[in-house]
Amino acid sequence: MKLYLKIWRQKDASAPGKIVDYTLDGVEGDMSFLEMLDILNEELVSKGEEPVEFDHDCREGICGTCSLQINGEPHGPDRLVTTCQLHMRKFNDGDTIVIEPFRATAFPVIKDLIVDRSAFDRIQQAGGYISVNTSGNTIDANSIPINKHAADEAMDAATCIGCGACVAACKNASAMLFTSAKVSQFALLPQGQVEATERVQNMVRQMDLEGFGNCTNTGACEVECPKGISLTNIARMNREYLSATLKG
Amino acid sequence: MGILDSKIPSGPLADKWTKHKNDINLVNPANKRNIDIIVVGTGLAGGAAAATLAELGYNVKTFCYQDSPRRAHSIAAQGGINAAKNYQGDGDSNYRLFYDTIKGGDYRSREANVYRLAEVSGNIIDQCVAQGVPFAREYGGMLDNRSFGGVLVSRTFYAKGQTGQQLLLGAYSAMNRQINRGKIQAFNRHEMMDLVLVDGKARGIIARDLVSGKIERHSAHAVVLATGGYGNVFFLSTNAMGSNVMAAWRAHRKGAFFANPCFTQIHPTCIPVSGDHQSKLTLMSESLRNDGRIWVPAKKEDAIAIREGKLKPTELAEEDRDYYLERRYPAFGNLVPRDVASRAAKERCDAGFGVNKTGEAVFLDFASAIERYGKEKALTSGLKDPDKATITKLGEEVVEAKYGNLFQMYEKIVDQNPYKTPMMIYPAVHYTMGGLWVDYNLQTTIPGCYAAGEANFSDHGANRLGASALMQGLADGYFVLPYTIGDYLSKDIRTGAIPTDSPEFDEAEKQVRDRMEKLMSGSGIHSVDYYHKKLGKIMWNKCGMARNEKELKEAIKEISALRKDFWENVKIPGSIESKNQELEKAGRVADFLELGELFAKDALHRNESCGGHFREEYQTEEGEALRDDENFKYVAAWEYKGEPKDAELHKEDLVYENIELKTRSYK
Repeated sequence: MKLYLKIWRQKDASAPGKIVDYTLDGVEGDMSFLEMLDILNEELVSKGEEPVEFDHDCREGICGTCSLQINGEPHGPDRLVTTCQLHMRKFNDGDTIVIEPFRATAFPVIKDLIVDRSAFDRIQQAGGYISVNTSGNTIDANSIPINKHAADEAMDAATCIGCGACVAACKNASAMLFTSAKVSQFALLPQGQVEATERVQNMVRQMDLEGFGNCTNTGACEVECPKGISLTNIARMNREYLSATLKG
Repeated sequence: MGILDSKIPSGPLADKWTKHKNDINLVNPANKRNIDIIVVGTGLAGGAAAATLAELGYNVKTFCYQDSPRRAHSIAAQGGINAAKNYQGDGDSNYRLFYDTIKGGDYRSREANVYRLAEVSGNIIDQCVAQGVPFAREYGGMLDNRSFGGVLVSRTFYAKGQTGQQLLLGAYSAMNRQINRGKIQAFNRHEMMDLVLVDGKARGIIARDLVSGKIERHSAHAVVLATGGYGNVFFLSTNAMGSNVMAAWRAHRKGAFFANPCFTQIHPTCIPVSGDHQSKLTLMSESLRNDGRIWVPAKKEDAIAIREGKLKPTELAEEDRDYYLERRYPAFGNLVPRDVASRAAKERCDAGFGVNKTGEAVFLDFASAIERYGKEKALTSGLKDPDKATITKLGEEVVEAKYGNLFQMYEKIVDQNPYKTPMMIYPAVHYTMGGLWVDYNLQTTIPGCYAAGEANFSDHGANRLGASALMQGLADGYFVLPYTIGDYLSKDIRTGAIPTDSPEFDEAEKQVRDRMEKLMSGSGIHSVDYYHKKLGKIMWNKCGMARNEKELKEAIKEISALRKDFWENVKIPGSIESKNQELEKAGRVADFLELGELFAKDALHRNESCGGHFREEYQTEEGEALRDDENFKYVAAWEYKGEPKDAELHKEDLVYENIELKTRSYK
């Protein structure tokens, strides 16, 4: 198929960016969206032009590196996939596709379609862990039975890949779904209880410091999340935050 | 033993590690504050090592090319992690895990290392649960296990089909705690360009900030390389696009021996190649072989009809199917080790029984598992005389709970519903057992330069068993390296900070700059990917699942010629002083073009078949691998001497004091 691509090009963080038009022929349905961009880049390189830079790595939907706002949606029109798992069979011959970086104040553009998501790392550093040293003398893994339902729910929250689609989908550029997924994982497990109060307070404080917006319960994040992280996590984080505040 | 001293402690196998820990020197907590360690790579091995070293009090700097440590490719490991916990009461023990791993590796790994791995495996699970890793649990609240290939017990712990992700996020969270304390400085989007040696010791690295293009100098008292494997030398593999050998290869060029480069794992269950545009291959976890049955049509005409779309696999009667693994290996069936399963698939496809357009695919079928689980579920739900549709529905629910994310991934890529029609799979390059040679302390042949995880060669011999890579990465990172490195660093307590303005750093930086400029000065005919794909084709066709002398010799010549062509004609747009993904790729491919040749040289010299290394000249009448313990019971460690063809072979004889060498049999 033949596609008309409108792609955001930006030299570096300080340069202004603009949409540039490209026409690409010979795209097949079995190609992934990123393989389609590979072909475009191969063409650009052969013409001596600079290829379109985009973040990608595992290309199997788990590392969370790839991003892209495709026709206004993070990771494109398909549900429960990352851009690398989006296949061109979702598009038709003659389609125009607009490709932009994820947009948020807290995600500044580095180059072309690449954004800086280190704010997510800093939120995790503020408290997304359980303070246990590596010793080889921790208690036996089976000494605390954990209700299967709770363990499964913790796992569902923990599957967040930190891609930032939730932020890009949100009209407020809120990172509540991301932050609440980590808070929930630990809130649901006995190991997470000891530091629960400080954790939620510190992570939320960092989230605000990074310039993310607040949640107004639109739910776009849940719809666009490639891992189906549930809005329930935000409700749980709000409860955790409230109870932490009451405890002081 | 000369320069290849493996430093295996004396004494009985089961006591070696404890004894060693008691014997080695320690660094006191006050002195640790004056010692810097660089960790390159932040996957399971690097992330775990960085966190633990920082907990101990060392000053740690981590480097990764990804935008966050959490994205290292360990994250993609699906199936699980082994540990000899014996929670299932099925007779597991440290010894059995040790034995299975040595046997699975076709007797080409070190007894002492593997025993230590088995010994600390239980600690890993304890540690991860304490960190909040949400492993799968049974209804009673206890941890659940499943089985993997090459073993007869259930010792694999898992978190759905995303075990690597959960373990990596555990290590990342441990890192984050130390970053928050200021004990780890994380340099993300940074690539190690070279290792710096001062007085023969590893004392730092030259790194490139991948955003600004700036070249940076970083010094330390020791350097840990945990940079993963080199499967991308094949271009198409299950590795991430950025996975590369640069750090390990730079160290090799500076004097670290490279061991067993030809020992590569070709994983049996991957989604088949669909066309020339393909950029990477996707694994379908080995855990699927717990419940999936592998088959091809028994008659060639049926295979042809299926290939042409005239016959559906579900229409084929049971007696017309060839469950070739169950037929050839009745004891282990579909759970034979990976090398055996891969070769068996290739054998059937080469014989003309492949089932997709290209003839390079076999079926992985869940129909009988769905029926079995459905009946069981109907029974436990109190349903009397359920009809077939109900059983199928219930069975599909059970299968979805176990493997849902893998089935979804398959459907997205192939556009077929694997609940209704069997999956199509084919082997693909997945893991490299070879890597930097290390001694028992995980130190390479360069003092102060350590290698951990997939980057080293140490524990998996010629074939790695499923769910053992996660175990080794975390064992090295959490429980081995943090102890052994102290012994080396205890001599550095008075050294003080290592300056970066020395002639050694000047020279290393100059070499890095010269190399990049040389890359940029190519005549500009072909892109980096053009060369990478060509290299991949040579590797897959001549150094892949089956190798022979003639083709290996051809491969050596072809790779050498391709390397020359690359340096003369590669085309890289943009500049050195800015973000430039083509330049990043070029640096990595340049090293693959050297490694690939050494790989072929190693495969050519090893005149035997063992594990993943199958030489067509050396096989039994039934087509099984024919090992030669008399002549090849050693680790081949290659010393850099300029061109790969000049690399010098050093042998570390493998001594088996506790295990009797046998022909591996899974029949």
